[in-house]
Amino acid sequence: MRQILKLLSLGALGAAIGATPSVAEIKIGSVVSATGPAAFLGDPERKTLELYVEKINVEGGVNGEPLELVIYDDEGDANKARTFASRLIDNDEVVAIVGGTTTGTTMAMAPLAEDAEIPFISMAGAVTIVEPVREFVFKTPPTDRMACEKIYGDMKARSITKIGMISGTDAFGSSMREQCRAVAGEHGIEILADEIYGPRDSDMTPQLTKIRGTSGLQAVLNPGFGQGPAIVTRNFKQLGIDLPLYQSHGVASKSFIELAGDAANGVRLPASPLLVPEQLPDSDPQKAVLVAYKETFEKETGQPVSTFGGHAYDGLMILVDALRRAGEADPVKIRDAIEATQGFVGTAGTVNMSPTDHMGLSLDAFRMLEIRDGGWVLAE
Amino acid sequence: MLGEFLQFLFSGLTVGAVYALVALGFTLIFNASHVVNFAQGEFVMLGGMTTVFLGYAGLPLLLAAPLAIVITALVGAALYKLAIAPARGATVVTLIIITIGASIFLRGIAQLVFDKEFHRLPGFSGDDPILILGAALLPQSLWVLGFTLITVLGLFLFFNRTTLGKAVLATSINRLAAQLVGLNVDAILLLSFALSAAIGALGGILITPITLTSYDAGTMLALKGFAAAILGGFGSPFGAVLGGLIVGLAEALTAGYLSSAYKDAVGFLIILVVLFFMPRGLMGTASVERV
Repeated sequence: MRQILKLLSLGALGAAIGATPSVAEIKIGSVVSATGPAAFLGDPERKTLELYVEKINVEGGVNGEPLELVIYDDEGDANKARTFASRLIDNDEVVAIVGGTTTGTTMAMAPLAEDAEIPFISMAGAVTIVEPVREFVFKTPPTDRMACEKIYGDMKARSITKIGMISGTDAFGSSMREQCRAVAGEHGIEILADEIYGPRDSDMTPQLTKIRGTSGLQAVLNPGFGQGPAIVTRNFKQLGIDLPLYQSHGVASKSFIELAGDAANGVRLPASPLLVPEQLPDSDPQKAVLVAYKETFEKETGQPVSTFGGHAYDGLMILVDALRRAGEADPVKIRDAIEATQGFVGTAGTVNMSPTDHMGLSLDAFRMLEIRDGGWVLAE
Repeated sequence: MLGEFLQFLFSGLTVGAVYALVALGFTLIFNASHVVNFAQGEFVMLGGMTTVFLGYAGLPLLLAAPLAIVITALVGAALYKLAIAPARGATVVTLIIITIGASIFLRGIAQLVFDKEFHRLPGFSGDDPILILGAALLPQSLWVLGFTLITVLGLFLFFNRTTLGKAVLATSINRLAAQLVGLNVDAILLLSFALSAAIGALGGILITPITLTSYDAGTMLALKGFAAAILGGFGSPFGAVLGGLIVGLAEALTAGYLSSAYKDAVGFLIILVVLFFMPRGLMGTASVERV
């Protein structure tokens, strides 16, 4: 009798498990470089995605259905990114992908998304991701060309036309160097000196001495990433070069100010307004979004907010916005809705997508900041 | 004109002294065991990073630096005890491969224990440059050059004037014979790994105010230091310093007078040329093998 009871209760339990209502979930996928050399980009991205998917689900999901996030770590390796992307598409059957921390991993995944007709929103910088336009590929961060244009705009306002460049030879530095050289003419900027340094070089005084010896220079621009720009900034000060120094958005983090020390004072750089949300005027449409994201991220993770996490926030929210407008979780309809995104306010700026523009940002995605007394000041 | 030249010279000497300090670390282990220790760069990184983080924990530099050197020396000893000693019978090539593995392992550990950010130390005597004829020289460069000199003299005296140093050389020349005359070969190798690590750590602490440091800073430093050591003649402390300074000066002068695009190429070109005509390096001793 006891045995039978046991069996019966087991059976009831089994039935109960089997009967768990299978709520339709919207499965979205992500591949980020949460560890490895690009971890400082991928780690805040992953945390942002997990944080906000949970938040959205607590608030009732999208179209009444909860989101399910499938997330993989490619360790910054493009081959792994490709493998995980095909797993997301074939095994997990996601309806959209928000991921791709670096340009390398993004470009490895893009063809898969194109073939499978799954919308893919990348969080990487290079302009090549959306130029030429790929039907299913979008991106959230502004490009390095826009950073160059922003810098040149600021130079023009200060009547600077003749500049010297010193660029890192890392992927970021060399790509931005090319873009800045390409658009210099259009903006009436003349590049009189063009020096480079290796990403792990420890002293840039020879290059800067040459720049100092070039007559007629009015400013110096340093596209680069990692510790190089910090050393350039320190050497610049040590050599007593009395010209405005421009850095790129590649060093828009607190650690740059710490590494460069006092030498960073007066340095200008284009950066996401996420660094100075409280300095924006209340009329700025981005202010509310930026303040909310910054507070949420810092409260939940205990880490300072980073621009890169902001790119993930934008990607997820553009997708959620598109899902709402599409009304159903069909990849092709989501794609059409993403392309039709208009007036979406994210951390990077106001996004207006079109069939010819899969990024949708304008130059106001960058704000010109100046470093003063170890902090960022809006210089516009 | 003169000011420019002086500036290139100072830059070359600064960078060269950094390479020299790293190169010096290679000599001890090589002299004791013929093993090129590819984890040497990680010792340099550990010295810098440990000092930075002990500083964050509130220790003054004068306390943090020696402590970091001791910790790194212990890591060096552990590397020998846990990875090299168990593979006693293996060939030198196998041991070298083990050190490559150890370097990857140490980098991974540093990433976990410390973090993935760049860090710096303040210059020992401030960050304001000394101006000489319009050229700027960092006081920290003088610290690096000074300690390079002290280390190389110390190593020279150690190898040539002390019984222990001679025992290290004897172990390197013929391990079996050294053992037969009563030398504790195991202890000598342990000591050489610990000392090498300590020299690396000292270098790491000295150069961090100039080069900054991060968990993966060791890779590039080891590569340049290795090149400097080869150029000077592996195993010779004076050669290591000479090699480091030559590579550093060549890089700075090329970047200054030719183009920064050729900077790294010229350094390696010199090494190729020297090795082609003097395969033992500038100050290496000719090895005579009895057949």
